[in-house]
Amino acid sequence: MVKKTSKSKDGQILTDGDALELMEVEITEEKENIDYKKSPVYIYYEWCKKCGICVAFCPTKCLGRHPDGSPFVEFPEKCIHCETCDRLCPDFAITGAKR
Amino acid sequence: MANIPQKVVHKYLRHNKKFPHVWCPGCSNGTTLGSIIRAIAELNYDRDGITMVSGIGCSSRMPVYVDFNTLHTLHGRALPFATGIKMQKPEQKVIVITGDGDATAIGGNHFIHACRRNIDITTIVLNNNIYGMTGGQYSPTTPTGDRATTSPYGNIDPVFDICELAMAAGATFVARTTAFHALETQDIIKKALEHKGFSVVEVVSACPVIYGRLNKKGGGPEMMMHMRDNSVPLKATEKMTPEQLEGKIVRGIFKQVNKLEYCDAYANLMSQFNVKEEAKK
Ligand SMILES: Cc1ncc(C[n+]2csc(CCOP(=O)(O)OP(=O)(O)O)c2C)c(N)n1
Ligand code: SF4
Ligand code: SF4
Ligand code: SF4
Ligand SMILES: [Mg+2]
Repeated sequence: MVKKTSKSKDGQILTDGDALELMEVEITEEKENIDYKKSPVYIYYEWCKKCGICVAFCPTKCLGRHPDGSPFVEFPEKCIHCETCDRLCPDFAITGAKR
Repeated sequence: MANIPQKVVHKYLRHNKKFPHVWCPGCSNGTTLGSIIRAIAELNYDRDGITMVSGIGCSSRMPVYVDFNTLHTLHGRALPFATGIKMQKPEQKVIVITGDGDATAIGGNHFIHACRRNIDITTIVLNNNIYGMTGGQYSPTTPTGDRATTSPYGNIDPVFDICELAMAAGATFVARTTAFHALETQDIIKKALEHKGFSVVEVVSACPVIYGRLNKKGGGPEMMMHMRDNSVPLKATEKMTPEQLEGKIVRGIFKQVNKLEYCDAYANLMSQFNVKEEAKK
């Protein structure tokens, strides 16, 4: 299984409280079929607690689950940017907002 | 390094604090925090104009994570602190975050009297039907028959209906929603914040790790599905029989009336004494 981590330089998710549209994160990407930077959905694995809520309620079933329970974007083309995952995630760990 | 988009909610979070937060996987508290923040963002309130007050409990940890004026007080006593703040600084938007135990058990007395006074505070009760933080004792909202660590063979107590209680005690805005209905929660909280007077929003929440496990309700997703499948909007209840309504969570705004607000009543009283502005400060 491939694990991605996202983290800013100083170990925090955000670099600047006012950087509203963009936040700088380090994406250590290994062999996932999807280019994470171009992915319609971002998952902050640092904060995700693998509860499965985003996967369960995504209306288009575009998210899949790794064996450890963490979500990943299985079918990027299916995402309709409804933001259901955003709203229901208890951990502020995923965004499917349109950019 | 790459720039990735950030959600509006992050603007209001104390992201330098301990994130990920303390809540268990699948706990509704985080989802509701998101709805609250989105409501505030939509209303475009100044962050420094908001004071969030809480008591003790899992839900009451919420103010720790938000970048407003915040106060984390004593179990059940958020409302007395909030009342003091509101009286001293009526221009502040005061929001109280409380749990079912915090609001209706140890803080029940404070709760009914805040309702009675109709002070302009928005109280959001995260009702997860249990004392989550202390390991699962039954609360006044634990459904009759359900298990808690203090009712291993089923709870025999009848439950408090938080909305009925608030309405009877005199709150002027009373609503119920569920954590799953995040958009509706956002909308109702917006209306509650804009309401002048004491507003109560009960958010039916999932505590999958304690209540869910004790009562075999499944994890976070399953408990959210339960909220989706077993709740009805207030409008739809008109055509439903009592049998059909059995066991259903009714969502909606139950009461919204205008009545003299407490800080206004106090200001009216004080105006007779010609108190100088300076003296008040
Ligand atoms: C005066 C006092 N009594 C008891 C406690 C122990 N205590 C802490 S949290 C809690 C119950 C919290 O339940 P609830 O308000 O429903 O919050 P939840 O954890 O479920 O969100 C209790 C009894 C305390 N902290 N202070
Ligand atoms: S934005 Fe909607 S469609 Fe896209 S991943 Fe999230 S829930 Fe699924
Ligand atoms: S809802 Fe959030 S915390 Fe839960 S699995 Fe999805 S991203 Fe992770
Ligand atoms: S014990 Fe229950 S209410 Fe408390 S954080 Fe865990 S799931 Fe949430
Ligand atoms: Mg509780």
